Amino acid sequence: MDSLTNLLTRVLSGDRRAVARLMTMAENGDAGAREAMAKLHPHTGKAHIVGITGPPGSGKSTLVDKLALEFRRLGKSVGIIAVDPTSPFTGGALLGDRIRMNAIALDRNVFIRSMGSRGHLGGLASKTGDLVRILDAHGKDVILVETVGAGQSEVEIVRTAHTTVIVEVPGLGDDIQAIKAGILEIGDVFVVNKADLGGADETARELDTMLDMNPVDTGWRPPILQTVAKSDTGILEVVDAITSHMDHLKETGNLKDRVREREKTNLLELVRDRVVDSLMENDNERGLEDLVDSIMKYELDPHTAAERFLKPIR
Amino acid sequence: MDRKIRVLVAKPGLDGHDRGAKVVARALRDAGMEVIYTGLHQSPESIVEAAIQEDVDVIGLSLLSGAHMTLFPDVMRLLKENDAEDIMVTCGGIIPDSDAKKLLDLGVSKVFGPGTPTDEIVDYIKNNVEPRE
Repeated sequence: MDSLTNLLTRVLSGDRRAVARLMTMAENGDAGAREAMAKLHPHTGKAHIVGITGPPGSGKSTLVDKLALEFRRLGKSVGIIAVDPTSPFTGGALLGDRIRMNAIALDRNVFIRSMGSRGHLGGLASKTGDLVRILDAHGKDVILVETVGAGQSEVEIVRTAHTTVIVEVPGLGDDIQAIKAGILEIGDVFVVNKADLGGADETARELDTMLDMNPVDTGWRPPILQTVAKSDTGILEVVDAITSHMDHLKETGNLKDRVREREKTNLLELVRDRVVDSLMENDNERGLEDLVDSIMKYELDPHTAAERFLKPIR
Repeated sequence: MDRKIRVLVAKPGLDGHDRGAKVVARALRDAGMEVIYTGLHQSPESIVEAAIQEDVDVIGLSLLSGAHMTLFPDVMRLLKENDAEDIMVTCGGIIPDSDAKKLLDLGVSKVFGPGTPTDEIVDYIKNNVEPRE
């Protein structure tokens, strides 16, 4: 595959069009993409991957814009992947995170990519992982992955990061909401954005109390920082906290554990996708539909149906 | 394979009339495309940079202030300079016929006038996006 080698050479030499094209191929599950990603793998592992999540409207994109600017001031190159939901009804998506990323739009050392969550069967995290790897191989020092924190797949994406930043805003609900969302366990840095609104101190205090009750002590106490991203308030402190977290991971040896967990999750996800794909090919969709019919007629229970569906690879 | 048409909807220039751009963005999304919306007041440079990073198939430009003959040619020139002239460019807004002709000569693929049904735009894009190798 000559054109593929050519594409890879261009990616590694910093050609932005090639980077963008390979990302598209990876997203589409192109046959060539798998081969390309394999060759790219040895060139990855240098970037600091930072996941940023929080409820819609909490100011994630603005914060990402400002964080990127701050990292640039420190001389680091930055990659950004902004994931927005795909409509389950039409398969289309309106990706609007760029609207708030104007400060860095023309900086050649920043690469921003918007991504629709599409209808992946749980495969979203591994697709995002591919895009992260491409930016990593492209030589970006820091990669910010932004997602709406509203579901399992989003949580999985941020779990693939070295450092996870949880963005909250005042007045979105009480401390019980924070427990329900399951964010207390995955956050390494907590940001209360829009802190100029009333109730920011209270939100920060509630988070603090909740974190006191975290069952596992990793030696890292997540800081809770207040920002007003729109007016550049508190951004430097967030960058400091992100950097300190990486230092902590390196010093304690926890970095290796995190990366290992990430690779394992990713591998399992790929295996799961491939198994489902191959079953769909062998048994075709008709077999699946027949099983669903049997379940609806109460001839089969779902577990037995699953067992039958898996038969070809047992 | 699961190829999706990706479209950048961009508003260059200084006018704040983004209703049309938003209606088109919404229609393209509902037609199953991935639409990257940039917001108001984009420079030709930032539009071309976004188009490259997002690897879009189409750029849709919307402008109602009358500055299209200043800004659209810049977009076309920058695309050429970045070896990205394979990206299809369509535009809409208040564009007189005489200007539309000049824009087509510059390589713009299609000019949609006021009142164009969104279905027509969707169909045009679906029928004219080049399949990739």
